[in-house]
Amino acid sequence: MREIHVDTIRDTVRTLCIDAACVLPDDVVGALQTARQREESPVAVKVLDQILDNADLARDEMLPLCQDTGTTVLFLDIGQDVHVTGGDLHQALAEGVNAGYGEGHLRASMVDRPFSARTNTKDNTPPIVHTEIVLGDRVRIQVMPKGGGCENMSRFTIMLPGAGKQGITDFVLRTVDESGGNSCPPLIVGLGVGGTAEHAMYIAKRALTRKVGDPNPDPEQAEFEAELLKAVNALGVGAQAVGGTQTALAVHMNTHPTHIASLPVAVNLQCHSARLKEAIL
Amino acid sequence: MPLCPPQGGNPLSETAVERQIRLPLTEEDVSTLHTGDYVFLTGPVYTARDAAHRRLNEALAKRDELPIDIRGQVLYYVGPTPAKPGQIIGSAGPTTAERMDGFTVPLLDAGLRGAIGKGGRSPEIAAAFKEHRAVYFLAVGGAGALLSKQISEVEVVAYEDLGTGAIRRLELDGFPVIVCNDIHGGDLLRDGKAAWRKSAG
Repeated sequence: MREIHVDTIRDTVRTLCIDAACVLPDDVVGALQTARQREESPVAVKVLDQILDNADLARDEMLPLCQDTGTTVLFLDIGQDVHVTGGDLHQALAEGVNAGYGEGHLRASMVDRPFSARTNTKDNTPPIVHTEIVLGDRVRIQVMPKGGGCENMSRFTIMLPGAGKQGITDFVLRTVDESGGNSCPPLIVGLGVGGTAEHAMYIAKRALTRKVGDPNPDPEQAEFEAELLKAVNALGVGAQAVGGTQTALAVHMNTHPTHIASLPVAVNLQCHSARLKEAIL
Repeated sequence: MPLCPPQGGNPLSETAVERQIRLPLTEEDVSTLHTGDYVFLTGPVYTARDAAHRRLNEALAKRDELPIDIRGQVLYYVGPTPAKPGQIIGSAGPTTAERMDGFTVPLLDAGLRGAIGKGGRSPEIAAAFKEHRAVYFLAVGGAGALLSKQISEVEVVAYEDLGTGAIRRLELDGFPVIVCNDIHGGDLLRDGKAAWRKSAG
């Protein structure tokens, strides 16, 4: 049984929050550069140039890429041979977010009493925490600062079991099209198919943690992702919805077996500022 | 001067121009700005997000004096990050304009001349901008670090308790925006998508 002290977890989350807010992952930058080369619309090229210049500046000066430093979504894959010591894991995660957002001068965007007073919690806590117990004696922590603009445009439905690829395609296209500029394209489209209502959205969000450009390991899904990406880019929405050929950088799907009566489909959109940082303890 | 050589039959690229504008907007500015124009703004704007919009609307409904003179002014929909030591403002890109739609007509009636945000407006609000001879500009969402460099002065002028959502007076210095809704009926999101959409096949 390997022991990991909560203070280590807290300090790791703190650092990841700051780095994630200011440094765009290399795979996302690479995908944006490719989109810039492929884009034919002159207005969209201007937009993509600004997005790429912004990423350089934010990294060089450690400034937040976007003023919306997001809801802090944490994915923890906890090895079953790990013993967390020294206190409450969830409290440590919140303390890490508090420290990261404070010391990093990041915007606190979380409000309590969401349907009434909407009082800012002042330190971006609480984070949204997803834990999975996995084999081994390590802990992987991923921090995803998730912007409100794209999260607001995410959608879920449960289709008839026979709706198949056509039904899913229509739903993905409608979701991206209706999101317009609100979701800040070019997007990464997270798609979760199967499971139950809550699990479909979870696997859709988790699909956003796959590196852009890494193929889906399942050949059938990889082919479907490519078809969906082509169809999304044919919409003409373009970067910031000014019109163009590069509406999405990638479509990432995850599936899960589902009930014989169901076909849950979740679309979790990620903006071009697809911030994600991870550490393995 | 065309923004770019005409390409692919896109009507926007053939007419769009790049220009500098000093705020506040003049009647000549609004009548000569066209959808797709790439504009560098210099001069004052006021920031406001949803909560400030709600309060401005409440004040107008009660016929109270507004905390800022909005006549002829441009609103920027932004809630910046806190400034780091040595900075005057943190990252400061646009937020979603659609959330302001329900609060925008009373402000146009009160003399608002323009707004900067991201994403489209409802058809009703787009029509209201046109009717009031006001212009809606896009700034690039997610370029908040870059855009913050084109802001030279910052002063909180109202609703300080709203924190990031307080009304600030910003002095812009060559701040890049794109005309989305002009007074001639153009709409960049509608027209741009129509120009680049490919039929299914």
